[in-house]
Amino acid sequence: MGAQKKRAAAAAAAARVSEDPDDLARQPLQAILLADSFTTKFRPITLERPKVLLPLVNVPMINYTLAWLEAAGVAEVFVFCCAHSKQVIDYLENSEWFSQPNFTVKTIESHNIISAGDALRLIYEQNVIHGDFVLISGDTVSNMSLTQALQEHKERKKKDNNAVMTMIIKKSKPSPITRQSRLGTDELFMAIDPNTKQLLYYEDKADHSKGTICLDKMLLAENPSISLHNDKQDCYIDICSPEVLSLFTDNFDYQHLRRHFVKGLLLDDIMGYKIFTHEIHSSYAARIDNYRSYDIVSKDIIQRWTYPYVPDVKFCGNRATKLERRGMYRALEIEQSRSAQVGSFTVIGYGTKIGSNSKISDSVIGEGCTIGSNVLIEGSYIWDNVIIEDGCELRHVIVCDGVIMKAGAVLKPGVVLSFKVVIGERFVVPAYSKVSLLQQPTVHDSDEELEYADNSSGTVEFSSIQGTADQSNGEMTSESSEAHKPKLGTGGVGYIWSICEGGQEEEWRHSVAPIPEDKLTELSEAMDDDQELVTQDRTALSTSGELISDSNASEGDDNEDSKDDSVYFEKEVEATFLRAVEENVKVDHVILEVNSLRLSYNMTSADCAGAVFYSMMKLAIKTPHSSAIGLLTLYPSPFSMVASNAYPIYLSGELQQNTANIITTWQKLLKSYLLEIDEEIEIILKFEEMCLESAKEFSPLFARILHILYDKDILQEDAILRWADEKEGADESDKVFVRQSEKFIQWLREASEEED
Amino acid sequence: MNTDDSSWWPMGDGVLCNAASQTYPSCNTFTHALSFFNKIEGSQATARQTAELLRSVISQQRVPYTNQAGALIDAVKAIGEQLIAANPVELAVGNIVRRVLHIIREEDLSLTTAAIGGLNLSAVSDDENDDDRDGDSTLSAAAVAAAARSTLRPPSLQTLLEDTPVSAAVPQTSSSGGDSEGKSKFSFTAADKSSRSRKLKHDVIEAVNELIQDIVTCHEQIAEQAVEHIHQNEVILTLGSSRTVLEFLFAAKEKKRSFRVFVAEGAPRYQGHLLAKELVARGLQTTLITDSAVFAMISRVNMVIVGAHAVMANGGVIAPVGMNLVALAAQKHAVPFVVLAGSHKLCPLYPHNPEVLLNELRSPSELLDFGEFSDCMDFGSGSGSPLLHVVNPAFDYVPPKLVSLFITDAGGHNPSYMYRLIADYYSADDLVVQRRATAGN
Repeated sequence: MGAQKKRAAAAAAAARVSEDPDDLARQPLQAILLADSFTTKFRPITLERPKVLLPLVNVPMINYTLAWLEAAGVAEVFVFCCAHSKQVIDYLENSEWFSQPNFTVKTIESHNIISAGDALRLIYEQNVIHGDFVLISGDTVSNMSLTQALQEHKERKKKDNNAVMTMIIKKSKPSPITRQSRLGTDELFMAIDPNTKQLLYYEDKADHSKGTICLDKMLLAENPSISLHNDKQDCYIDICSPEVLSLFTDNFDYQHLRRHFVKGLLLDDIMGYKIFTHEIHSSYAARIDNYRSYDIVSKDIIQRWTYPYVPDVKFCGNRATKLERRGMYRALEIEQSRSAQVGSFTVIGYGTKIGSNSKISDSVIGEGCTIGSNVLIEGSYIWDNVIIEDGCELRHVIVCDGVIMKAGAVLKPGVVLSFKVVIGERFVVPAYSKVSLLQQPTVHDSDEELEYADNSSGTVEFSSIQGTADQSNGEMTSESSEAHKPKLGTGGVGYIWSICEGGQEEEWRHSVAPIPEDKLTELSEAMDDDQELVTQDRTALSTSGELISDSNASEGDDNEDSKDDSVYFEKEVEATFLRAVEENVKVDHVILEVNSLRLSYNMTSADCAGAVFYSMMKLAIKTPHSSAIGLLTLYPSPFSMVASNAYPIYLSGELQQNTANIITTWQKLLKSYLLEIDEEIEIILKFEEMCLESAKEFSPLFARILHILYDKDILQEDAILRWADEKEGADESDKVFVRQSEKFIQWLREASEEED
Repeated sequence: MNTDDSSWWPMGDGVLCNAASQTYPSCNTFTHALSFFNKIEGSQATARQTAELLRSVISQQRVPYTNQAGALIDAVKAIGEQLIAANPVELAVGNIVRRVLHIIREEDLSLTTAAIGGLNLSAVSDDENDDDRDGDSTLSAAAVAAAARSTLRPPSLQTLLEDTPVSAAVPQTSSSGGDSEGKSKFSFTAADKSSRSRKLKHDVIEAVNELIQDIVTCHEQIAEQAVEHIHQNEVILTLGSSRTVLEFLFAAKEKKRSFRVFVAEGAPRYQGHLLAKELVARGLQTTLITDSAVFAMISRVNMVIVGAHAVMANGGVIAPVGMNLVALAAQKHAVPFVVLAGSHKLCPLYPHNPEVLLNELRSPSELLDFGEFSDCMDFGSGSGSPLLHVVNPAFDYVPPKLVSLFITDAGGHNPSYMYRLIADYYSADDLVVQRRATAGN
């Protein structure tokens, strides 16, 4: 009955399709699978085996992609092979994918292709794609249903012939420290029209340090509303119309799918082609781009987010595996010592032997491995036929097929051991190092554009593997081992690759090891900084905030921000002032600069006066005093006490002199902001505040400096008197300075009375 | 892998090996077809497809002159083992494989007894059997077989413990004494052999066809009994969605019974929503409740009717998650808990058997959107596993004491009667569908 129901539904769907006037809908769905990522991120492993055949939880990656395509209703897949094409084709021919009913896999092979753009151009020339197709690379894991996205794509296409592509996106956490949804890739910014879901802007290489992104203002002018996201993740699954291929042919400089093609289409509005997005929510889609995403996707698979593509469900001829308690997957024929501890979220492959007292957790162990006793394996990926002798320690590493680790060897986090490497006894491989039997290719140029795997060199290197492999199988000839000192301990075979420039920074970002503690804090600090920057200059970069072009920043934000703003303003003014002093800038120019700051921060002139005064006083403190040091030597005992308090030491007279000098020099600057009595009071209040908090050195001098300010005509007697009056009702603690300057105020009062 | 298997083959018999290995390439495609069973929801479709696959295996199998039943059994076992491994969660696959094995044994036995019974018939028998091919031949064969079994080979501990496939597969040569020897001398005359082998294969295919027919019509046969169980103005509670339950309720509705249905939604897949929709479409008064409201509502309910994923040999039920709660609530309020299950869901294994994969853990995304709780799922600061685990089991186990009644296509039964039904459908030799070689070595 269930089958009947399905059939009825299918019939209904068919009926609906046949109602469409155009026959396009009836075309069997095709897909292009790029079995080459055209990058070198998985080196050195990819020198010997193509990336798509690397095991992901003991199943070659390409099987996940093919199984998903098959389940999603794709009828014909063109697998484009480039680097190591022979291995890929051999694998596919021996797999069951070639013998599927209703699902054909065809391979296209080419050796002189260095980018995805070239590959698509070649496919266009072969003229095999007839309708809409799915463009995907062979390292993508997904379980989403294509039906809805496909339908949306077709409907859009019917309405608007220029809608050539639908990009699948997924929500992720914007935080860089959340690992589950972040795949070690750069932060991605997208502008999307919330109504039509059209993609308007795509930036994956945003300059993080500036904390800003630049949008074309036409974008805001042309679209009634756009939403800007930094919490979306690109799944690298695209539904394309056949036009995409011809676009690649027309623009022969398009190489990279995202960097060139997508950005090219978005910027170039002559043709008017449009890209749309489709967001998936509960289903899973992710691409393995680097070692970190390899780690994260593996863990997602083990935690069953990719169901039904999980180890214990047979989806592509994988070995029967049983899921036991606490997420432990075990294949058959495992020999495990009773005292061995296998922890949760661990996969153990067919025929593996585990010795006594070994501890394994959060790891994937391949088939036919031999693990000795007292071995510690944590968060690691161990492929097939690896031999690990007693007492080894492996934490967060990738170990490829056929590796032998002699007793007591230790792998630090982030290490990658390529095929058939031998690690000597008790050798400690340093963190983040990559070890291969092949020597590191001489750095041709690690320029961005040349990062594509160079195939010609790939084959050359491949032949050299044979050499080294043979050598390792046979007796190690002494001259060859002496030529390059055995760096891997006694009996070790392989080369440790030097970390390329820019290295350490990138290494931790892209390795399987968890992010080190200090980097984590650094990241979270950077994030806080970002947020501050955002609030500071109001670039409306708030997470996925909707930007509606005709409404201004709301007033509510203003009040919240004003406190921060005034702090920033003060700092800016101080910096300007100090620069002016150092570089002897004319007073008029300084006034101009401070004025412009005032406008940009939307401050009153009272704020300016306060800030300028503040910076002048700071300067007075900072100015060095030769005499102070002399006095120190004269009277060592009392002053050393003060010195231990870590305060700069000034003699009050000296400081007063300094202050007087600075005030005389810069009185014009200060005066230009003292338009009314209010500003003068502001200065006094500011001064008072400084004496209490940031510059306590001034507190004994308060009355005298007040006098100086009066003498220089900066403060008028009205201002001082009014300040004194205001303070009359204040707390005792607030009145310290009023009392200190009581005499002066008294004198002022008398003077004014006399005048009257 | 193929070569390995043939070397492990228990019989030194070259003919058999060849025959078996010939089926292997085609069987890979079968396995493949089955491995995508995950897409097919429901045991009925799976059971039917399994039976159809096995039928084509039997028809392709070349039968040797001697020990035909053994050859068939081995071929079916070889493929059945892979089919079961391909989708271990769907117990119906294993059930159907065992049913087919049982059919082969019974047919073979009936032919043997027929041969013994009519010592003098040789060439004539072919014509006679051709005549009654349609319809009751298998039934009568089964009846004869049952009779023959009691006379020829009483079920003793000896036969149950027999370990070699030779003896298990070919009872007539090993277990029966001088009588059968005399028979075999007689019946294996050159003229008789080919006709007899064709006859066995033919009968087996007929019986498998009948089995497929049974599977296809099981919903209707169960639904026919609906009026006997659902009475006027009753309130029925069900959980999740089951095709069988749906048909059952419709059948009662068609017989002009008026009753109300409470549907518990069946989190996290919420198939109850679909069921409610379909019930309403057929004009049934329906109330949708959450799973957690079952206990509150159960006092108003007259009967709980649910579907099952599998029925185990002890009368326990493997059913969608949440069923045990419903069963406990029903017991508390003494509400009858009725389980509907087609006979293909009867599993001859016991739930404590480690071979039985009782449960399936589905994707956590049915509970949480991916990335929603990503900060709790971090493998983050190097301390190893995340603090939050999301577990989403598909099935529950309901112990037999909580079940009031089973309704199968063969009628209503008490949980304690299940073992008897199972003895009718399966033979004890097939409980472990594994070639002895691997188990023995």
